[in-house]
Amino acid sequence: MSNVTMKVNGKPVSGEVEGRTLLSSFLREGLEMTGTHIGCDTSQCGACVVHVNGQAVKSCTMFALEAEGAEVTTIEGMANPDGSLSVLQQAFQDHHGLQCGFCTPGMVMSAAALLQDNPKPTEAEVRDYLEGNLCRCTGYHNIVKAIMAASGQDVAVAAE
Amino acid sequence: MPKDGGIGASSKRREDVRFLTGQGNYTDDINIHGQAHAVFVRSQVAHGTLNGVDTADAAAMPGVLRVFTGADFEGVGSIPCGWQVTDRFGEVMQEPGHPVLAQGKVRHVGDPIAVVVAETYEQARDAAEAVVPDITDLPAVVDMKAALAEGAPKVHDDLTSNLCYDWGFVEDNRDAVDAAIRGAHHVTTLELVNQRLVANPMEPRVAIGDYAPGTGDSTLYTTSQNPHVIRLLMGAFVLGIPEHKLRVVAPDVGGGFGTKIFHYAEEAFCTFAAKALKRAVKWTSTRSEAFMSDAHGRDHVTKIELALDEQGQFLALRTDTHANMGAYLSTFAPSVPTWLHGTLMAGNYKTPLIYVNVKAVFTNTVPVDAYRGAGRPEATFQLERVIDKAAREMGIDPVDLRRRNFITEFPYATPVAVEYDTGDYNATLDKLLEIADVAGFSAREAESKARGKLRGLGLNCYIEACGIAPSNLVGQLGARAGLYESATVRVNATGGLVVMTGSHSHGQGHETSFPQVISEMIGIPEDMIEIVHGDTANAPMGMGTYGSRSLAVGGSAMVRATEKIIAKAKKIAAHLMEAAEGDIELKDGQFSVAGTDKSVAWGDVTLAAYVPHNYPLEDIEPGLEETAFYDPANFTYPSGAYACEVEVDPDTGKVTIERFAAADDFGNVVNPMIVDGQVHGGLAQGIGQALLEGCSYDSDGQLISGSYMDYAMPRADDVPFYSVDHSCQTPCTHNPLGVKGCGEAGAIGSPPAVVNAVVDALQRAGHSDITHIDMPLTPARVWSAMNG
Repeated sequence: MSNVTMKVNGKPVSGEVEGRTLLSSFLREGLEMTGTHIGCDTSQCGACVVHVNGQAVKSCTMFALEAEGAEVTTIEGMANPDGSLSVLQQAFQDHHGLQCGFCTPGMVMSAAALLQDNPKPTEAEVRDYLEGNLCRCTGYHNIVKAIMAASGQDVAVAAE
Repeated sequence: MPKDGGIGASSKRREDVRFLTGQGNYTDDINIHGQAHAVFVRSQVAHGTLNGVDTADAAAMPGVLRVFTGADFEGVGSIPCGWQVTDRFGEVMQEPGHPVLAQGKVRHVGDPIAVVVAETYEQARDAAEAVVPDITDLPAVVDMKAALAEGAPKVHDDLTSNLCYDWGFVEDNRDAVDAAIRGAHHVTTLELVNQRLVANPMEPRVAIGDYAPGTGDSTLYTTSQNPHVIRLLMGAFVLGIPEHKLRVVAPDVGGGFGTKIFHYAEEAFCTFAAKALKRAVKWTSTRSEAFMSDAHGRDHVTKIELALDEQGQFLALRTDTHANMGAYLSTFAPSVPTWLHGTLMAGNYKTPLIYVNVKAVFTNTVPVDAYRGAGRPEATFQLERVIDKAAREMGIDPVDLRRRNFITEFPYATPVAVEYDTGDYNATLDKLLEIADVAGFSAREAESKARGKLRGLGLNCYIEACGIAPSNLVGQLGARAGLYESATVRVNATGGLVVMTGSHSHGQGHETSFPQVISEMIGIPEDMIEIVHGDTANAPMGMGTYGSRSLAVGGSAMVRATEKIIAKAKKIAAHLMEAAEGDIELKDGQFSVAGTDKSVAWGDVTLAAYVPHNYPLEDIEPGLEETAFYDPANFTYPSGAYACEVEVDPDTGKVTIERFAAADDFGNVVNPMIVDGQVHGGLAQGIGQALLEGCSYDSDGQLISGSYMDYAMPRADDVPFYSVDHSCQTPCTHNPLGVKGCGEAGAIGSPPAVVNAVVDALQRAGHSDITHIDMPLTPARVWSAMNG
């Protein structure tokens, strides 16, 4: 077992982990932050996406020890400081961009990274960027719509 | 003007806030103090004799509490099947045992053999690798027809063959259908495969068993669509725990799509092991495990024949299907290819004579059961494909051929034992032609052609039977359960109320839509109403959520209970206002006396019910809580018409969905936003089946598509924005809300539209010999069809 220290959502945290412990497991089991979800074991589904030093990362593809000293942001850290939903989260609710909610943390984290890099993505760019995030409920329609809306683009014509 | 609340409003989902902030409470998020962790050892071969299991090394490894094998479960019941089909000779189906852990034989890749329970997950996983099953391989049966051949290896040695049943429906029509087909002007024949799919809810299954030695109470936390059903099946048939000593909790559940209806070995194991070890035992499926242990869907091989007269009137329909059951009978498996499939073969059409033959077959594969649509997609696919083929063969426009045969008068009794209460198939088809802009297809085709692409247009209709189902009817058909639903409405002293429903929401948004109904009935704000579900300690009984039944059956139970609440509240209001009970009206949360200006508020009445100082105690009890059980009088029959436009790349065979339109008749709609979302999701699953998905076994029964590396799930760039409409509404005539259900329509209606579109594109390009391609329409299959 080794000690690992990092900042998660701005707070310093540390814990004892095995070398093989994945960042996703450390967040869920070690820190009891269960907002980050695990939907597969081949790094395909994207439910576990978090930000590590500002980059969107599937947290099942990293060992916890690799995040030593990193700044990690999870879904629990995405709301506004007063606890209200951020623009992106609010867009997901307004446009019914989630149903069962299981893929949602990864979707929001991926979408946030996309909008950081590309504040006005086209529909095709949104769909392309979400290739690493599976959703089985929404058929992606309202997820794409929500992300476009969060970027300030009106998609009413395209989507209806 | 959109409504801002109540029935018909697109109220935003209250559950979203917790899901968007990482505050959901899924089963794997639950950790019980002192819990141990279970890891399953599963068969890596499809068929073999299990001579023994060497657990000695594993048991000695760090942290291991105990290694369980089949021997530990010898006195435990078999995992039960909930539906007994009677075959066409009057014999009941062959029903094999289904042990929690393998006894003497393994019958599919993934069949559980042993379980290691250890202090930590990692310790259990490490020790599981040290468990050594001693298996002598046996030849496996994978292909259904081969499984029925003389001398084929038997999946279950104690059965006479691999045939579960040979079902005929309607058996009395058999000869008449044969004669009609023999004498018909034209017969169109189509052989097709409705391929095996994996449901793949994004949340893998999880089970946590807990046991309280002091009281002897067991609790199971599980990813289920119907916790009461699990309590009944597991308690009564497997573990022998009476329902009052067993609580089953299904908290936030991350999608179901059918595969979380069924009772699974892992649930029984964790409940059993918790009692044996006197501590909680948790199992979380990996995705790889899910592929080999979640019940699969579809897997039908079918030949369908449609007889028509010179004018294109349908005369008779005959369909012959082999349906794969897998190695064991999952909870509702026998009902899917029979009563959920054969009864839908009339579709939207006046075909007077129909005969359906289904042979259900055991093979050395994962059990197959209901997956979104369950039997109805299989019926719709073959019917709408054969109609398209017939139209082409007879030179009739496919839209026109459908219209010529539409059922137009309701109620309509089909020759396959169901009675459609309402529908307007021309209206949804007209709406579809409008929203799909079928008139503009030629211009789009020319534009595609200019880019070297082949464009095709496919349309189809569908009907489904939802809101399952009248208990007395399903009882006659072999169901070992009733299919009612219950609700308890508990009004608190200060006027807020809680609905404890047997329906379960795992994405459907009941926490938002159910309060809309009560808000409309009483006239109080939606946020005064809370929905509690997913816990056998709350709702009195629950048959759960599947078959698009929640609002039609569970919602109706809630309406009936609320009607009782209102009736009692009116009595109290009459007393408070010293008026006759019959003169009391309720509107906008105010009780008033008709023709006067006297009124009392909802909250005054609810407070009086719990502080009964001025109260008719001689006539009615204090308190305000009512329960109702609702048993539907019939199925509901949503219907609609779908259109797909594809582009095919002639060089690669790659199919791109360019446009998809869906016009549905769901009857009345409570929350249009949620209904749209249900359709979107169904469409993606149907498009996934048509183009991408397929569960694959090799001839030895090895699972080839065992992860997302191999099983192609639809992704955001595989699908377009959909155009959906549910403005054509013929309300259901027999439930209080007039609702029909919308959860499965998209998955039922979309596969034939996609395949019809691809065939159309290839036909337009001169490939007149291509009349069908089996799903999934991968580039390789489409290219091969084009290039011989």
